Amino acid sequence: MASSSDIREKLRRKRRALQESLVRHRPVDDIQALVPSSKLSEDNLETTMKEPQISEEDPGETLKRTLRAQRQRRKKKLLEQTSPRDDDKGVEEIPSTQRHSEEEGSAEKAAGSVVSSRPPTGSQRSVSCRAQQAPGSQLLESSVTRRLEEKLRAARSRGESLQEQEASVEPASRLHSLRDPDTRTRFDREADPDGAGKPDDPLALSTRVQFREAARRKGDGLPTAEEAYNFFTLTFEPDPRDGNKTKEKRRTSEEEEEEEEEEQQQQEGPDGNEDQNEGAPLVTDGDLLLLQQSTQDFLEMKRAEYLRSGQRIERENAVLFTPSLSSVAAHIKLADNMKPRYLEDEGLYVGERPPVSLSNQNVLENRILQMEEGKKWFGDDGRIRALPDPIKESSTRPPLFHMEEDLDPALHTVYRKPLKSKYANLYLSGAADPEGDYQLDVDVSGLIFSHHPLFSREHVLGSRLAQLYDQYLSRQRNNLSAHLTDKLNGLRNALRNILEIHGGQSLTPAMQRRISEYSLEVRSTRQLRDSEQEKDRVLLRNIVRVWKELKTLRDFQKFTNTPYKLSLRRENVDRASDERQCEGEILAEVVELEAEMEEDYQKKLGEYKRQLEEWKIWRRRQKAKKKKRRKKGQEETEEEDEEVSESEGPAEEGPPKPGPPEKPDIVSIEQQVREKASRIRRKPGEPILIPELSASGNITASEDCGSRAEVARREDVAKRSLFIKILYNNKEVSRTDSRPLSAEFRVHFGQIFNLKIVHCPQSIALQVFEEGGSSCCLLAQVFVPVPGPGVGGSSVPVEEFEFSSNQRVLLEHEGVGSDVPLSFEADGSNKQTLLTSGKLSCCVSWGVGEDGAALAPPLSQHPAAKHSGPGRLDAVTCIGAAGLYDMKKIGEWAKQSRLDPNDPKNASIMQLLKVASSGEVTAPEYFRLEQLQEEFHFVSDEELESSRRFRLLTLRNQEVAEFRNYKFVPALEREVTEKMFQDYEKKVKEGEVVDTKDHLDSHRALVAKYLQKIRESLINRFLLAKHHFLLSDLVMEEEIPSIGILGMNLFKLAEPKRPLKPQRKERKKVTAQNLSDGDIKLLVNVLRAYDVPVRRPGSSKPGQASQGAIQGSDWLHSQVQVRPFVEVSFQRTVLQTTTAEGPNPCWNEELQLPFSAPNGDYSAAALQSVKDEVFINIFDEVVYETGVNDRDRGKSIHTRLEKHWLGSVKIPFSTIYSQSRIDGTLKVNTPAVLLGYSKERSANGGYDALRSISEGAFITLYITIQPQLVPGETVREKFDSQEDERLLAAAERFEREASQSFPDRPCVCSVIDLNGKTVFITRYIRPLNPPQELLDAFPNNQQEATALVARFVSLIPSLPDRVSFSGSCDLWSTCDQFLTLLAGDEEEHAVLLCNYFLSMGKKAWLIIGTAIPEGPSAYVLTLEQSRFLIWNPSSAQCYGQYDTFCPLQSVGCMVNADNVWFNVQEYGSPMTLSFDTSKANLWRPFFSRSFSHPGLSSVQPEQLLYRRADRGGAAELQDRIEKILKEKMMEWRPRHPTRWNRFCTSTLKQFLPKLEQSGGRDGEGHRHELQSMLGDHRISGFPLHLPFSEVRPIVEAVFSTGVHNVHAPNVEFALAVYVHPYPNNVLSVWVYLASLVRT
Amino acid sequence: MVTINPSVFLLTVNGQIEGANYPEYDNLYCKYCFVYGHDWAPTSGLEEGITQITCKGSQSSHKLIWNFPLETTFKSTNPTGWPQLVVSVYGPDVFGNDVVRGYGATHIPFTPGQHTRTIPMFVPEPTWRLQKFTSWLLGRRPEYIDPKVVAQGEGREVTRVRSQGFVTVSFHIITKDMKKLGYDTGPSNTANTPSATSSWSTEEQPYSTH
Repeated sequence: MASSSDIREKLRRKRRALQESLVRHRPVDDIQALVPSSKLSEDNLETTMKEPQISEEDPGETLKRTLRAQRQRRKKKLLEQTSPRDDDKGVEEIPSTQRHSEEEGSAEKAAGSVVSSRPPTGSQRSVSCRAQQAPGSQLLESSVTRRLEEKLRAARSRGESLQEQEASVEPASRLHSLRDPDTRTRFDREADPDGAGKPDDPLALSTRVQFREAARRKGDGLPTAEEAYNFFTLTFEPDPRDGNKTKEKRRTSEEEEEEEEEEQQQQEGPDGNEDQNEGAPLVTDGDLLLLQQSTQDFLEMKRAEYLRSGQRIERENAVLFTPSLSSVAAHIKLADNMKPRYLEDEGLYVGERPPVSLSNQNVLENRILQMEEGKKWFGDDGRIRALPDPIKESSTRPPLFHMEEDLDPALHTVYRKPLKSKYANLYLSGAADPEGDYQLDVDVSGLIFSHHPLFSREHVLGSRLAQLYDQYLSRQRNNLSAHLTDKLNGLRNALRNILEIHGGQSLTPAMQRRISEYSLEVRSTRQLRDSEQEKDRVLLRNIVRVWKELKTLRDFQKFTNTPYKLSLRRENVDRASDERQCEGEILAEVVELEAEMEEDYQKKLGEYKRQLEEWKIWRRRQKAKKKKRRKKGQEETEEEDEEVSESEGPAEEGPPKPGPPEKPDIVSIEQQVREKASRIRRKPGEPILIPELSASGNITASEDCGSRAEVARREDVAKRSLFIKILYNNKEVSRTDSRPLSAEFRVHFGQIFNLKIVHCPQSIALQVFEEGGSSCCLLAQVFVPVPGPGVGGSSVPVEEFEFSSNQRVLLEHEGVGSDVPLSFEADGSNKQTLLTSGKLSCCVSWGVGEDGAALAPPLSQHPAAKHSGPGRLDAVTCIGAAGLYDMKKIGEWAKQSRLDPNDPKNASIMQLLKVASSGEVTAPEYFRLEQLQEEFHFVSDEELESSRRFRLLTLRNQEVAEFRNYKFVPALEREVTEKMFQDYEKKVKEGEVVDTKDHLDSHRALVAKYLQKIRESLINRFLLAKHHFLLSDLVMEEEIPSIGILGMNLFKLAEPKRPLKPQRKERKKVTAQNLSDGDIKLLVNVLRAYDVPVRRPGSSKPGQASQGAIQGSDWLHSQVQVRPFVEVSFQRTVLQTTTAEGPNPCWNEELQLPFSAPNGDYSAAALQSVKDEVFINIFDEVVYETGVNDRDRGKSIHTRLEKHWLGSVKIPFSTIYSQSRIDGTLKVNTPAVLLGYSKERSANGGYDALRSISEGAFITLYITIQPQLVPGETVREKFDSQEDERLLAAAERFEREASQSFPDRPCVCSVIDLNGKTVFITRYIRPLNPPQELLDAFPNNQQEATALVARFVSLIPSLPDRVSFSGSCDLWSTCDQFLTLLAGDEEEHAVLLCNYFLSMGKKAWLIIGTAIPEGPSAYVLTLEQSRFLIWNPSSAQCYGQYDTFCPLQSVGCMVNADNVWFNVQEYGSPMTLSFDTSKANLWRPFFSRSFSHPGLSSVQPEQLLYRRADRGGAAELQDRIEKILKEKMMEWRPRHPTRWNRFCTSTLKQFLPKLEQSGGRDGEGHRHELQSMLGDHRISGFPLHLPFSEVRPIVEAVFSTGVHNVHAPNVEFALAVYVHPYPNNVLSVWVYLASLVRT
Repeated sequence: MVTINPSVFLLTVNGQIEGANYPEYDNLYCKYCFVYGHDWAPTSGLEEGITQITCKGSQSSHKLIWNFPLETTFKSTNPTGWPQLVVSVYGPDVFGNDVVRGYGATHIPFTPGQHTRTIPMFVPEPTWRLQKFTSWLLGRRPEYIDPKVVAQGEGREVTRVRSQGFVTVSFHIITKDMKKLGYDTGPSNTANTPSATSSWSTEEQPYSTH
């Protein structure tokens, strides 16, 4: 104990000394307080802990307060979270220090060992922090230190605030509970091996144990001074590095400071993170402490209740071992009396230990120590023995030597050269040489600075000298002056010779010219030579001057920095000859000059004379004028005088009198020449001075310099080193080693880099980097030209590239800096600014392959090689900014620099040049990518164009209609005849020519052409879209069964196998492409009909007894009113059902009609455009007895069957195709008048009477196609639009939602107009004026007028869009377009009708719904007298809302000009609907409050203009139709004569206009009339009414009635045609057909 | 019958669908058809066919052998749309449903002589993973609506396929009158074959000589 206290005393002294030094060095000492330097003993610690309280309380007071509040808040939160016991948790940490400080004075000695077991948590914290910290970070930046200091201070003050606060609260006795769990564990184990590791020992026990331990140690006699020291230090230093530091305690205070810095860094973890600062140590330590404390309390309680429990726990502890998480002190781990040894400190290599987390390590250590021979696991440094890195560098797998021999040869590894992808060299533009690999050798030999910031003044001069000398040498090498002198002499001789030979006489003009040329040449050469000589001279002089300056500088500074030494070698010359030569030279020059001057003078004299002459003439004229004027002047008025004087003004300024030229001064010439000679040449006899610069001088060594600044400079130079980065195409490819800058400012690299290049060489740049100390900066960049393809191998000379940097460097020492004004004069004048510059010597060449050839890509492959250097690329640097306006210069420059015309960067210049078309630059006309285009032109373009076969192929490829499916294009040109193109050419050529043959009407022909054009343009537009595919077009895929489908399937299982009312199942759809003729059948299931017209019983007049009797008897017998059957005709195939009886027949028969597509083309597009219609005609089968055959004596009765047409339904194939089936009851189109039949029912029941309100017959049909064809998809192209994006998006969303909720209700918001643009639907609705004539027709009867307007609309022919535009897209034309085209779909009719109704003041809406048979269609809804009427715009029929036979089946949405409403009611049928659109739960509006109507303007015109009805044209058309129909009738009856009853025809003709006027309703009147007129004929006939579009439909309609099929021998026919014109060329066609049989 | 001035050339394809290499599947059969351009017409032979179902042998060879003969003659005026053989392989899956095991196509070789082609096969992939499962479960894998799409390039970008097995086909090709019409499809390595450019330019020669 005594010894230990001795040691403690010693330590304290040391510590104090240290403390003092610390205080001296660092005024802010507090850091040490919070980071209790763990290398000190706990005494030290106590002091340090105390100190902050003394010294730091005051300055940190304010901060403390704020932090205290924070802290409390946080603590409260923490406390609330944990159990109430946790009160102590935050507290316990600090009071230890508090206690230490308080007890320091009194209890210090006694508590030595006690305290040792209770190191303050600060220490603990530092330990844990230390563990977190990577041990390698020794070097600390001062900035980090500063930052840490600040942080530490903050953290410390926080801690202090807490400390202060808690100190008052906590009772001192509680503080005893505080202990380091780590030490405690240790002591527990040693003192009480049975109960070790359990932190439940009471304080008293532990203290006792500790004392015992101390005693034990003493008893052992071990505690030497050394051991005690170890004991105290190592208790708190589980980290060996701390111990390491302990040993270094005696270091200087400076070192101490460094260490502290290190500690601060180690503190960084907890300090940097506030949570960790407060939380982490609190939690880790606090938990343990808390545990201990609580158990302590707990134990005390237990002891009262269960006496044996402690023992039980001890017993448990004897069995169980829970290794502590806390670290183990080093001395426990080591053998007794051993100091930890750190091999690292002894200079031995200790590898990095594998990373193990501290807690794991601690657990392991504790566990090992528990074992008997635990200590052997620890190394000398007290740590677990560990290999540096468990992963071995080399593979430890034993080599398979024995396998080598008997290895299957197939398994041997075969080396194959890696193959380069052939695409790889595409980078090198073009694939001319697939095997070529290109190598660029960049040889960086070194660099010399011509100026460097570290240059001393002497260096500056030296480098200048060297430069001048270089210049001198290069001049010397070229020796221009000598060369020019020779040339001059030669010229002179030649001139002299000429003159001598000819003797100055009889010179031919040519000779004279030559002489003058020669003399001119002499003159210019002489001038050149003079200037060169002058330059030489100046250069020499400069060299000497610089050398002198250098010498004076050296003398001045008394040392030498540069090795330069200039010596001037004299070469003596023979003075006499030299003088002679010189004199001769001067004389010759003088003579020449004289001659020249003479010549010049003569010239000037001539000029003068001429001018003088002119002047004289002018003068004379002036005089004459003046005289004249003087004469006149008296007579003239003043004004004229003025005029004259005005005109005199300019006249006065005539040519001035020229002065005679001066005579040349011959004498002065000689003087001048001599002067010049003395200036630019050496004096005769003077020795020739040849400067020789050598670098052999000695440089004064640094020690001898004497100048401190110079030494600093040299040191700086020595620090610098340089390296060079090599950039290839702006990418760094390699860099040289860093080489030091030599004292001569030369750097030698001498490295050659072989670049294997893949990309085209565009630029090779070398970047010079300078490193000084830790910094590295880019000095300069040198662009090296890409060598030509021939430049390869070692023969390439090293070139020098100058570089410079505008970096500004200012140095303190002798170095002159860079970009800093520098003066060599004493007075500081003549300042120079030098920039860092130098020369980089390097060479770039192509590598040489094995065969000796350069590994260079061919010339064409690296266009960049053409521009040699960046300077030439820049027009401004090349020709100057002013030159940019000079087209010629630019052109020249472009030519020179060989601008790549294909480089987009140069596009503008190229364009400019092209515009200027100076002719100097010829930009290639081809694009580089198609270089070989020329080669592939095996025939000229003209030939190709004229090739018919090629044309045919082209047209087919373009899918021109005529050639789309052309098979077998002939192989040979001659087999392709011009005939093939005739139709096409005709079509193309005669596109504009109106062909009236087919159309009978010029307007309609035009319209047809127009439609054709639109169709073509649209088809072209859709062609692309058609080539877009969806997955469903290609791949057949089962849909994922949804829950609903699964449920349905389950439900289906329960269905009866043969239900009583089977439902039609969806059939498998067949794509049209695999079909051929005969595969497709049209199925028509004729179910029943209602209200078929019945025969009029007494059809003939009563007088015709026989017929009447027969009929009467017939009537009486069988009660047969009518025997109807249905005949379906499609594509000229006619099938009929059996005959049923009665006005409400039921057939229930299925008819199969074959279908063949036009041209055998079963593509969807072709099928869509099939214009054929299915005619379903209802006939009455009438049996006539032709009389009894006399021979059979009444045994056989001859009858003749006749069928009388009753009505028809006409369904276009396209409708069936697009809808895939038509199922419903259709209204039969019955003629207005049916001769011999009546629609009147034998009304015998109230119900029947009600039904008969709906005039006309109805037929229930089911039509479909077998197999089911996939209808053509709508074009999935998004059309461009002028609508607002938002509106379009909303429309799309509205439609999508609508189709989701009610998939069977059509909803249309946006439609496509004729231009193919998307237009919002409400834009189509706008009140438009109907033709005035129609309104005038019934001025008083609104209802009639409405009907007429509807009729007018219905008379506009209907043409489905599907048919006209084979892509199945619905195009909406505006009303004026519709009226111009006179063809449109249902929606155009509906829109027009709706607009008419609106303008007539009705409330009208457009209904988008499904109808029979059209499918999705458009109807018009009007509100009249609180009754809703539904109008079919195509038939002009109107239905009440509750009409059973209304063809409109369901209503999707309603549209007016303001809004679109979607039907969200339960049922879509109009009968069940409420048309109150104001109810949002019934009709969902598109524009609502959330999305208001943006005020869409209408696409319709403001007003419709109508052409007046063309009666003349109508009459003409009428005649033509009649003629054609008659011809057709005869054609259809090839075997029978066709007789026409003229009388009947003319009668019928009279009826037709009446029918037209009555709208086909009032037809009964004329029947009687007719009957009376044609009394003796049995007549059956009817008027057909059609809107007029073409003749063909009329013919078809007539054919379908089958009137021509009456084969009675004495039949006569009557045919009348009436065409009624309406405005705007809308024509109503009536055809009255009748067959008359004479009875 | 020697035509001096032919207007069509003939291409006779003899050969056989030898077999397939489907390591995973067994009991497969194969359907084949030809796809050709507008200017082609088969003059004799079967354009489409279906092979027998074949099982893997128990021997070491795990190839499926069909040895199904092909014999078709085409006439044409234009090499554009040169016939392609489209094969599609079908077989039962785990549940015995007949599912497609691969589609593939190859051009009929251009040059006369014997050729062997190994056609890599692929099948369309279901769009969704769930669909993959249901299609596996129900035995209704996605199929091409028209197997001929594998011989065309248009619209293929919308499909996703998985490769699956190989089918080996051998061809013996005979052509007639192709040279006379100026189409030289001879092997390119023969020494006297003129280059492509001159071959076109010699197109006129046959006419001039006759």
